[in-house]
Amino acid sequence: MVVDVRDAYYSVGDRAIFSGLDLKARRGRITAIMGPSGTGKTTLLKLITAQITADRGQAMVFGRDLATLSRGEVYALRRRVGMLFQNGALLTDLDVFENVAFPVREHTDLPEPLIRRLVLTKLQAVGLRGAADLMPGELSGGMARRVALARAIVMDPEVLIYDEPFAGLDPISLGVIQRLIKHMNAALSITSIVVSHDVQELAAIADDSYLLSAGRIAASGTPAELRASDSAAVRQFMTGAAEGPVAFHYPAPDYATQLLAADE
Amino acid sequence: MSNGGGNSIVFEGVRRLGAVTIFLGQLLAQCLPSLGRPRLLVHQIYNAGARSLIIIMLSGLFVGMVLGLQGFQLLQRFGSEEALGTAAALGLLKELGPVVTALLFAGRAGTALTSEIGLMRATDQLTAMEIMAVDPLRYVAAPRFLGGVIAMPLLAGIFSVIGLYGAQLIGVVLMRVDRGVFWSQMQGAVGLRDVMEGLVKSLVFGVACSLIAVNEGYHAEPTAAGVGLATTRTVVASSVVVLLLDYVLTAAFLQG
Repeated sequence: MVVDVRDAYYSVGDRAIFSGLDLKARRGRITAIMGPSGTGKTTLLKLITAQITADRGQAMVFGRDLATLSRGEVYALRRRVGMLFQNGALLTDLDVFENVAFPVREHTDLPEPLIRRLVLTKLQAVGLRGAADLMPGELSGGMARRVALARAIVMDPEVLIYDEPFAGLDPISLGVIQRLIKHMNAALSITSIVVSHDVQELAAIADDSYLLSAGRIAASGTPAELRASDSAAVRQFMTGAAEGPVAFHYPAPDYATQLLAADE
Repeated sequence: MSNGGGNSIVFEGVRRLGAVTIFLGQLLAQCLPSLGRPRLLVHQIYNAGARSLIIIMLSGLFVGMVLGLQGFQLLQRFGSEEALGTAAALGLLKELGPVVTALLFAGRAGTALTSEIGLMRATDQLTAMEIMAVDPLRYVAAPRFLGGVIAMPLLAGIFSVIGLYGAQLIGVVLMRVDRGVFWSQMQGAVGLRDVMEGLVKSLVFGVACSLIAVNEGYHAEPTAAGVGLATTRTVVASSVVVLLLDYVLTAAFLQG
């Protein structure tokens, strides 16, 4: 078990984000975390990367309770984890090569030729060795995400976390990212955690899936099991129906009454 | 409870002051390690200092020229035009150099620092560093803070020197004050203590302006509006703090 969240509670102000969340990511597998927007998927990533701590319950990574770790221990743990941000989060004042080299330069004293070889290998893996001299501003969205992926794997992490890797990509870039996630997982035997609401894309690559809803896990299993679920909420999400337990309309006063009132 | 509003403003003010003080402590703790990264530091001195040179030199020239004109008019009434060099030098070194440089620095370099760090926050760059186990305080905030602190006295010095030549241009070339008298009077009247006062002022302003700029950017709300607001706050807060500190320092120097 690489990531193990047990009965986690977390709230911001009066709003409960998690109420009794249980989730496990097993070594060497691709774990998908799905859910409608605003259900706390990104907050969950913050929880397992120790950016926030649960109000109650435990978040364990590599068998260690994150809440009990010192800042130094958290940093030591994070060096075994790579994360791909939704917009890439490349450092805008460094070019592509230096972005990928950044964690290596910060954490090791490797000689320059070795750093160069390491970075070029990772860029080759994402197909962007030719873009090494470009600045982040010159990259398309899909390219920026691939560079960020190269940066995330440059320190050979044991776990790779993807935050909405498919959002806003054209079909070609999307297919590329999808294949890369699968490839990284298989070739480097990296444990992968993918957070997304793109059901179809996830179903094609995930080994285990969790559906997050109202602060807890609504369903879990393989993508096929989820699709065959009896729960109306799970089916609505998996098929993308507008009406169901999740209403299309935000709560509002009666339509007719409000329209008539506007005339007065 | 009638003055609850007033209390909460005071409370908020004290809370902010406390937060900034803690942030300064964290920054200072990271300054030593960031000295070991000369490349980052030099880059930031270049950003805050070299890139402000044109505006500082132009402003210095004109402030000096105005000082020459006004000073000459005033001193002429008392028949002591030859004191122009002394008046301009003391005014520039002790007052105008540090203060005007700090105000220009807040507008030019301070806003650039705040918006840059704020945008890094808004685009997850700072979070990405955290996840890569790199402390953004050490990599981003401390070098920028230190760069500003180092750049400010240098800029103030350049401002004063250019200002003196501006005053000389008006006084000697235009108003026909004797060149030898202009410089020798200045040499006789301006002591090391006057230079030190200006240096201390510009160092203190450098710490204040850089701290405000980096703090506002680092804690900006990660949205377009939030970064804009933080940038505005940097200019307003820096200007007020510089003028306030200027009074305090001037009074302290006169006492001592």
